[in-house]
Amino acid sequence: MSPSAKNGDRRRMLEIRNLSVSVQDKVILDGLSLNVNAGEVAAIMGPNGSGKSTLAYVIAGKPGYEVASGEIFLDGENVLALEPNERALRGVFLAFQYPTEIPGVGAMTFLKAALNAQRRARGESDLTTPDFMRRVREAAQALKIDQEMLRRPLNVGFSGGEKKRFEVLQMALLAPRVGILDETDSGLDIDALRIVAHGVNALRAPDRAFLVITHYQRLLDHIKPDVVHVMAKGRIVATGGPELALELERDGYRDYAEEAA
Amino acid sequence: MAADQETVDRVRSIDVDAYKYGFVSPIESDMAPKGLSEDTVRFISMKKEEPEWLLEWRLEAFRRWLTMDEPKWARVSYPPIDYQDIYYFAAPKSSPAPRSLDEVDPELLRTYAKLGIPLVEQEILAGVERPRVAVDAVFDSVSIATTFKAELARAGVIFCSFSEAVQKHPELVRRYLGSVVPPTDNFYATLNSAVFSDGSFVYVPPGVRCPMELSTYFRINEKNTGQFERTLIIADKGSYVSYLEGCTAPKRDENQLHAAVVELITLDDAEIKYSTVQNWYPGDAQGRGGIYNFVTKRGDCRGARSKISWTQVETGSAITWKYPSCILRGEASRGEFYSIAISNGHQQVDSGTKMIHLGRNTTSRIISKGVAAGKSQNTYRGQVSAHRLATGARNFTNCDSLLIGQDCGAHTVPYIEAKNSSAVIEHEATTSKVSEEQMFYCLQRGLSAEEATALIVNGFVRDVLQQLPMEFAVEAQKLISISLEGSVG
Repeated sequence: MSPSAKNGDRRRMLEIRNLSVSVQDKVILDGLSLNVNAGEVAAIMGPNGSGKSTLAYVIAGKPGYEVASGEIFLDGENVLALEPNERALRGVFLAFQYPTEIPGVGAMTFLKAALNAQRRARGESDLTTPDFMRRVREAAQALKIDQEMLRRPLNVGFSGGEKKRFEVLQMALLAPRVGILDETDSGLDIDALRIVAHGVNALRAPDRAFLVITHYQRLLDHIKPDVVHVMAKGRIVATGGPELALELERDGYRDYAEEAA
Repeated sequence: MAADQETVDRVRSIDVDAYKYGFVSPIESDMAPKGLSEDTVRFISMKKEEPEWLLEWRLEAFRRWLTMDEPKWARVSYPPIDYQDIYYFAAPKSSPAPRSLDEVDPELLRTYAKLGIPLVEQEILAGVERPRVAVDAVFDSVSIATTFKAELARAGVIFCSFSEAVQKHPELVRRYLGSVVPPTDNFYATLNSAVFSDGSFVYVPPGVRCPMELSTYFRINEKNTGQFERTLIIADKGSYVSYLEGCTAPKRDENQLHAAVVELITLDDAEIKYSTVQNWYPGDAQGRGGIYNFVTKRGDCRGARSKISWTQVETGSAITWKYPSCILRGEASRGEFYSIAISNGHQQVDSGTKMIHLGRNTTSRIISKGVAAGKSQNTYRGQVSAHRLATGARNFTNCDSLLIGQDCGAHTVPYIEAKNSSAVIEHEATTSKVSEEQMFYCLQRGLSAEEATALIVNGFVRDVLQQLPMEFAVEAQKLISISLEGSVG
């Protein structure tokens, strides 16, 4: 049976089944299962060390993680055996918690290379420079990113807020199927948080899903989730509506940490 | 950076064994007999109808060479070279010098077409407007086409083959030849002094800014033919010239020896900018074949406030032994060295520079970017010295190495010497690897591993690429990606 079977009338976009992952013999994800439907914003909350970032990396295909069992379906296709760039070309986008610096490579140059790589994979021609510039300018304005920043080398000397805004800018231009935000709120002041959240909200669409990984409720004040999953000790231990995030904010993670133990 | 994609496409379309420029043109040579003796030297000199003094100069160098040994201090290894198993002179067989392209052997023109050399004269004749670049194409040993001569002549700039300069400007050649790299300088330079075949000669008169970039494309063509170019560039007081040198070579099995000498001289307030993109055959995937590039390049900032700037992009050759240097003699003169050295496969690179500060308030700047991939070894060897009278001398050196993969090596060997207390010499060096984090970041955005490597490496060498003239920078970027082909897996 196709794993993309209908769930009610909403299409299942990301489906993770019984995923167990270890790093250097230490089990990080322990039989995790998770479904995210098209059009949905799913929040993943959990205490430090619960495996949230590992989940993000494994979905994106980062090397160094040993998958002992399980499957990850994107639009019904098992992507576990695919290279990271093949997954990216199928629409997986990861907004990094700590975006990497690449000295000497202009942010704009990088954007263009990434965008054109994805266009070519879809059989489209490269964007002309004026077209590209126009798109970047529009997307950058919405995120209050000034042109000067785009001329700098990728993430080099960017402030925490600039890095996060640049991640969202890339997401806006690459228009993924599944956007994973890994602790995008960390290191942001309230103004930057609003801008970033606004950028993400503008990308919400019926044929796109978001996995919003966060430790704190405050990001979810600005990006309203449809579903909240609580993660502890490498698996999903509770699922509920937005009110679940508020509960966590009030009571902390202690109950869940014990439950999973 | 639109070139990026192009470069990646080219990387994909080429593999080491299918070296793009690997073809041999069937052109008959008027060769000297194999081997090296006084007779060989006389043959070359006679062929070129040289004056007696130059023959004597060559013979003296030859006798000196017989007493010398190959330098062994570089971090390179190769089987012994049999200097008697090499042809020391080969010239395309043609009657009197061609007066236009129509008279040039069509085979030569086809070869250039394959290499994509813009023989600008063709376009000029066809009325095409383009940035003006004068090409003095060296095919094997003899220059066959020289363009823009008339316009250069109007500016008073002499740009011709070395042989022609010997005939037409003997007084200039005699005054400056060997004045920067003496015939006794080192094993390879001395060999070159004995048997050099041809090369380029440039003289820019006082106060003249050369109206165009001067460009020479070198090409090694005959089998077993060592190439011994000799280039001499003189920038007289207050003048300026930018010179571009680019190389490709056909594929072949035997190792080819190349021992060129380049001498640059700047008088008061003059400036020479010398740029090289070097893409000689590096050998096959097993490390067989490939060019041995043993080059002596040196500039003499003879005049006050004069400046010499070397920029090089080295991607080819099996072995590179090359240290473009500056002697900073004139007061407040300046030397610069910008280098990108990329090695892959079994290539061995031992390259760097020497900045010899002799005059007061002289300054120098060294930016070196080494990229090692495959099983290659990449050494930066540099010397900065400030002599007793070079008070106020300043040097800044930045020397970065980037490693791709597990089996390559990067080495930095700086020699620093200050003989007066007011000299300031700064040396910075880093060695890094293309990090997994960087690769993953690029892949996560949809770039392939090759695209990601090309992007990261081009970022790494950017400071130096920016020193190159525009068209050359684009070409260099392509070469960098091509030469890293197969380095990610």
